[in-house]
Amino acid sequence: MHAKKHFHLGKHFWRREHKTAVADGRAVTLGTLPAGKTATIAELQGGRGFTTRMAALGFTPGAEVTMIQNFGRGPIIVLVRGTRIALGRGEAERVWITPNGGNAHGES
Amino acid sequence: MANREETARSVPSVLGACCADGSGPVQPAGPCTIRVALVGQPNVGKSTVFNLLTGMNQHVGNWPGKTVERKEGIHRCDGVDIQIVDLPGTYSLTANSLEERITRDYIIHERPDVVVMVADAASLERNLYLLSEILCLPAPVVLALNMVDVAQQQGLGIEPHVLEAALGLPVVPMVASKNQGVRELVDTVLRVYREGPRGVCRPDIREDHREVLAELVNLIAGSVPEPYPEDWVALKMLEGDEEITEMMRARLTPEQWERVHRVLMRHEDAILAIAGGRYEWVRRMTRAALTVPKAGQITLTDRIDKVATHPVWGLFVLLGVLGAIFWLTYTIGSPIQAFLDRYLIQAGAEWVRTAFAAAPWWVTGLLADGVIGGAGMVLTFLPILVIFFAVLGALEDIGYMARAAYVMDRFMHLMGLHGKSFLPLFLGFGCNVPAVMGARIVDSPKARLLTILVAPLVPCTARMAVVAVLAPIFFGSAAIWVSWGLIALSLVVLAVVGIALHELVLGGEHVAFIMELPLYHTPNARTIGLSVWQRTMGFVRKAGTIILIVSVVVWALSVLPRGEVDTSILAAVGRFLSPLGALMGVGWQMMVALLTSFVAKENTIATLSVLLGVGGEEAGLAQVLPTLLTPASALAFLVVQVLFIPCAATVATMRQETGSWKWTAFSVVLLFVLSFAVGIGVYQLALLAGWGV
Repeated sequence: MHAKKHFHLGKHFWRREHKTAVADGRAVTLGTLPAGKTATIAELQGGRGFTTRMAALGFTPGAEVTMIQNFGRGPIIVLVRGTRIALGRGEAERVWITPNGGNAHGES
Repeated sequence: MANREETARSVPSVLGACCADGSGPVQPAGPCTIRVALVGQPNVGKSTVFNLLTGMNQHVGNWPGKTVERKEGIHRCDGVDIQIVDLPGTYSLTANSLEERITRDYIIHERPDVVVMVADAASLERNLYLLSEILCLPAPVVLALNMVDVAQQQGLGIEPHVLEAALGLPVVPMVASKNQGVRELVDTVLRVYREGPRGVCRPDIREDHREVLAELVNLIAGSVPEPYPEDWVALKMLEGDEEITEMMRARLTPEQWERVHRVLMRHEDAILAIAGGRYEWVRRMTRAALTVPKAGQITLTDRIDKVATHPVWGLFVLLGVLGAIFWLTYTIGSPIQAFLDRYLIQAGAEWVRTAFAAAPWWVTGLLADGVIGGAGMVLTFLPILVIFFAVLGALEDIGYMARAAYVMDRFMHLMGLHGKSFLPLFLGFGCNVPAVMGARIVDSPKARLLTILVAPLVPCTARMAVVAVLAPIFFGSAAIWVSWGLIALSLVVLAVVGIALHELVLGGEHVAFIMELPLYHTPNARTIGLSVWQRTMGFVRKAGTIILIVSVVVWALSVLPRGEVDTSILAAVGRFLSPLGALMGVGWQMMVALLTSFVAKENTIATLSVLLGVGGEEAGLAQVLPTLLTPASALAFLVVQVLFIPCAATVATMRQETGSWKWTAFSVVLLFVLSFAVGIGVYQLALLAGWGV
């Protein structure tokens, strides 16, 4: 449980860690994930309303997402926790992911 | 049979008062009334379960002061009356939306005896997230595991008994669409009611946040109002729930609040940790009970979606579906409507005139023109609406409507709306009233308002019926092209108005598009039938109440003070507006006809017949009208008539759904100005094209 440790390290450590992941080029936005590929959610950006709605649908750091449809423009479809969710392009750009393999925040 | 215990228990239930001992073990009782709340995420078949339990014994209304449907019903079993409230479908219980607020307020304040959570077995993980929230509330819970057949088809292995043991609450596997498991569910509910809750495994906050939660509970202890549980309030504050935080802010002293606030600021990110913790709990609960197949299986849904959600093919599929709906409407619905209009409305009005021939003019006028011609006329559109409701209900039940919204999202996005708004707008082709009502499915309040504001720009069947009568008179065989042109023009205006309103009025705010695409499944006739029935009855009730009142008022304006249209208040307004009509070569009679179309769109023709003295004969109109209007003016008139203020019924519904006179008035003024502006513009273009003679 890495995440647990992070929370003890300070209030924003967890978030900063992802910011570095972004800076390293390890994290990218969900909108860039090609169809058929799977990734792990690193961070959600956006207001609390957005975060809580996404979290309720299963988008939490550590969860796996599989891209089902992504044509580079317009909305996308992803599979998260067994459910197909359609997201607008804008929403997809607010979800940061790390391509699978570099799993920094395994939930289990 | 009625014993004292029963009376004692059922009286507070009837009053809806909250019982102090709601969470405690319930005393054994004989025949009685128990209150059950149905909760669940959207698309889990909750309505199907509700319909199975209550059948026709249900009442659909609104939650007080809110535009969210409230469904209640009674299931009688073994002498027990089970009062069931179908709470709105929600993904979680954070006060993000009205639905979520209603659901949790109901459980907290109304204290149902048993909460039945309906879950989709095929996406158990996400469904149990809601359960993890419900378990923090003081109510005994039964988990109805619906669609176990779909889960099996998906290759998921679920063992209800193992899940039951892990959760510590009863789990009932069901296939509601095939009427399986209902009896077991009822028995379980009754058992839980009699025996009280067992040792439920409640989700705990993740270890890393346990300390801060305890700190918060400490800080707010003693200030939390009844009936809120302290732990729950602290958890919600940590989640950043605005409603609960505001409530506590008002109750704490400034010093206390300062300390609470500091803790909250320090843990702004807590929501993700809490949500993550809930999913960890879910995983623990399902670890033994759920076996997930290896990824990579291509399901039927994937195969259909390859086409149905494709940006190009999906559009063709959608066009095909819409085309089929129109075809059905016009080949079946319209003839029935015309029949009802002729033999019910017109015949009814004639009958009233002869039967009450001796009565004062206003009695016959009120009945024949106000009641029958206004509200009654609206009812003739029921066949068309029933077809619309049935087809849309079936598409919804199959799971296609979410795909239609997805495909349309690209286009709706241009005007600041997202795909979901497409569905109510499409209903508008049948009638604008259900379109305005249907805007409820749009989750953001601003997008909902915008949807309602543009809905009247969808040309409804009533307006197209007027076009169908008038266009051939002026344009002969070209009438069909004029009709299609008017529809296209309306949609262009709709898009432009949508874009403009989004930017100017609503500040260009981005509307989030987050929508579940449910698995496709075979439709359930019972579910569709009941939804058609409920929507239709909702429409009829409206026609019988608010639409009736408004129709009568507008009718009064069209005949007062002397009982004739051409000397009425409305005619005076029409004459006053005649300079506006002159700009497109249209006389005052046409202006009055437009104004009376406010009662019901078909009135345009009736009014013209009266004002032009042709005695209600369409043939007469065909002779007189071309002598009054040039083709350019006629075209302009048709444009104005299609874009004009919607009928009184729609305006009344807009008032109800927006809850605001301001926005209703705004819409009326906007459409008035817009219709004339476009009409005059078209007239000038037509003059340039040489249609002015």
